[in-house]
Amino acid sequence: MNKEFSESIQKALQNKNLAGILERWNYPATRAAAYAGVDFEALRDRIAKIKGDAAGRLDELAENFKKVAEARGAKVFRANSPQEAKDYITNLCKEKGVKNIVKSKSMASEEIHLNAHLAKHGIQAHETDLGEWIIQLAHQRPSHMVMPALHLTKEQVADLFSKETKEKQPNDIQHLVKVARKELREKFFEADIGISGANIAIAETGTVVICTNEGNARLVSTLPKTHVILFGLEKLIENYADAAPILAALPKSATSQLITCYVSMISGPAQNTDGSMKDLHFLIMDNKRTALAKDPKFKEALQCIRCGSCLNVCPVYSLVTGHVFGHIYTGGIGTILTAWFDELKKTEDIQGLCIQCGRCKAICPAKIDIPELIVELRRRLVKEQGLPVVQRAIYAVVNNRRLFHSMLRTATITQKPFVKDGFIRHLPMFLSDLTKDRSLPAIADVPFRDRFKQIRQPKTALKASFYAGCLIDFSYPHIGDAVIKVLNKAGIEVSFPDEQTCCGAPARYAGAFDVAANNAIDNIKALLTVDVNYVVSACPTCTVALKQAFTTTLESEGRTEWLSKAKELAARTIDFSTFITKLVNNGRLSLQAAKGLGKLTYHDSCHLKRTLHVFEEPRTLLTKSGFELAEMLESDTCCGMGGTYTLKQPEISSVILKRKIENIKATGAPTVAMDCPGCIMQIKGGLDKEGSSVKVKHTAELLALRLT
Amino acid sequence: MFDTFKAKAEAAGNTVVQRFATKAEALNFIEGYCKEADIKDAAGSYAVWADSQFLKGVDTKELAVRVPGLKFEITSELAKNSKIGITRMDWGIANTGTLAQDATAVEQRLASTLSWIHIMLLATDHIVADLQAFMTKMHPSKSNYLALITGPSKTADIERVLAIGVHGPERIVILCVDELGGVHNE
Repeated sequence: MNKEFSESIQKALQNKNLAGILERWNYPATRAAAYAGVDFEALRDRIAKIKGDAAGRLDELAENFKKVAEARGAKVFRANSPQEAKDYITNLCKEKGVKNIVKSKSMASEEIHLNAHLAKHGIQAHETDLGEWIIQLAHQRPSHMVMPALHLTKEQVADLFSKETKEKQPNDIQHLVKVARKELREKFFEADIGISGANIAIAETGTVVICTNEGNARLVSTLPKTHVILFGLEKLIENYADAAPILAALPKSATSQLITCYVSMISGPAQNTDGSMKDLHFLIMDNKRTALAKDPKFKEALQCIRCGSCLNVCPVYSLVTGHVFGHIYTGGIGTILTAWFDELKKTEDIQGLCIQCGRCKAICPAKIDIPELIVELRRRLVKEQGLPVVQRAIYAVVNNRRLFHSMLRTATITQKPFVKDGFIRHLPMFLSDLTKDRSLPAIADVPFRDRFKQIRQPKTALKASFYAGCLIDFSYPHIGDAVIKVLNKAGIEVSFPDEQTCCGAPARYAGAFDVAANNAIDNIKALLTVDVNYVVSACPTCTVALKQAFTTTLESEGRTEWLSKAKELAARTIDFSTFITKLVNNGRLSLQAAKGLGKLTYHDSCHLKRTLHVFEEPRTLLTKSGFELAEMLESDTCCGMGGTYTLKQPEISSVILKRKIENIKATGAPTVAMDCPGCIMQIKGGLDKEGSSVKVKHTAELLALRLT
Repeated sequence: MFDTFKAKAEAAGNTVVQRFATKAEALNFIEGYCKEADIKDAAGSYAVWADSQFLKGVDTKELAVRVPGLKFEITSELAKNSKIGITRMDWGIANTGTLAQDATAVEQRLASTLSWIHIMLLATDHIVADLQAFMTKMHPSKSNYLALITGPSKTADIERVLAIGVHGPERIVILCVDELGGVHNE
């Protein structure tokens, strides 16, 4: 990470404005209310299909749009590059002798830095969307795609307006809005050209749909005699009917509204105030969108309808804003768009901010797998630039199971001076940051693989292999003991294939797919040598690796000869809570509810909740065991662990962790349960550092005590 | 349908929906509303009324005499200095409380974008259930400028706090008229 970027994170973390504003808005709840009674999955399937199909035929749609719009009297220009788009507008201004422009929101114009370009030619462009105007006055970039000035407080806005009006303006929001109305109203009348963006472009009718709440696009399109609508090629859809699902989802996802106050559909020149006809220009910009459409992985990004909901739910975005997390286009999707519209290299640092929690994917109305596309960016960055030497060295070790495991064993000795009660609370020198806000688990004296040999297995018909994963194997072997105890009780003979190794998730999420593919193959070999009905994992991240990521990684790396075996392993793999639920339901296992166990709160791990869609199962099992479930706030928000994220972005990780711990403590429950050893490491470490008495348990540990 | 429409439209904030059996009653209401709003023949106090079928058979000259400041010939200057804008709307959408109009004629846009209060006239039987139903009624292939309006002009760009009337009207008055043909623009 470059120093400047690291400092921008530090600075952003000091500023709590955005986090506070987002929290008061309470987006998840207001969004849910807007979607009440709507089948969101069906709606987003339709949008993904409409936009996905359109992305496959952008050129055809653009030509259709051009033909229809021209027949209706508009001028249509297709700009391949930002330069062509900028030249078109400056030439138009020169031709008409224009010095003053009013603009309503256009991300495409931000993308090409249009205002700065016009200023160079002596043309003043006034933003009229309140948020855009504020950041124009502040000489900043948008920090959010929908609400560009979301990071600024009313005090800061009052200062900006005072400077602009040369009059002291009080920091009352209602007053400030009226100041903007008065100031901007005159500009609409003075301007010769209006420039706007578009939310949807309909090829069938040559129509552009513009959604606003303020009504500024109506003025931009009405008062100046010339109107230029600048939009990216990806706004195109085939027909009018296709606009319906997008219009249904966009306002709900963007601002939790059923519909924006204004929806304008402009399909041709309309009358000007002096009775003449509008000089209407549609400027359709490519800027690498056609190339993007040809990329089998990234094509999906063209489905984006720019609602910004991925920003609103991102635990990292709310802490650092789009000024750090993004570049023009912000957050996860912004990182992906930047890689294409700008360049891959620009995303070198910002892509590292994604913690891979998957919240954005779950709410994306265009069904874009943002986290997976970020991983794909990482993969390409690693391919292009290679891994840093230290990381490469670490992964070389991880790819050599014997060496990796023997180093972990050696660590039990070298860590001795730092270990107390199973924790490492302080590390010397350059490692000290790692233990600043959380204690780390010590490497266990005896790894689970050795302990397993001491557990006598019953001979039964139903057989399972246990896939431990690194954390259970080397740091939390007692969780492994609990898993085996529960499985044995259900009459299952468990085996532990010794050749199993790291699931490759850390390498994969860092973009080192070659390393992850080697891990996948080693594990496939190890786990398929034993003839069992199930492969059980008590780590959701490992489960996702075995069930899904092995296949996609091997495909990406072209190691297709392993695919059928990877699929065979995937079919056998099951996570602990789902498996136990099955065993309880079919009567192989019964849990004894104890009285007086008291309150318990449950933390949803990202991979378990959002990738495996498992969240009721552990709750039901724990309730059946006699615990009284006390739900915490934001139970499915990431704990900040994110695999190696906690090491790569320790400051952000620890802010996220602190919030999680506050939410846990607020329930008053003496125990917090979860299904992921990674979350256990993070949350247990954070609670230990605070000296809290709240106990952190894997669901398996609690169930092992309630067997009859 | 009307009840849902009324509830949803009023939920948009600063919006009232009134229902009248006849055109005459609606006219009477508008006259009274203008007087109450202190409409007069002075910049900042005009009311501008965009032409539509509704005005057919209405003696606009006489009305303009009774309500000084009420203008039927709309210029951008008059609209800019108006307190009230009055337009007919073509369709209402019940589940969002939205009103739609063909706004290709510039006076429709002037009267609906620049004043503080927007009075909208709608035939009560021109309310459809939802956006999809509306899309079968009005098609962009037939109109160069279609406008959908839901509630007053709004922003939450400063600290996500709602503020009304940032660029457009801050108050919406919707008058639904039962008398068939009253505001139909077909």
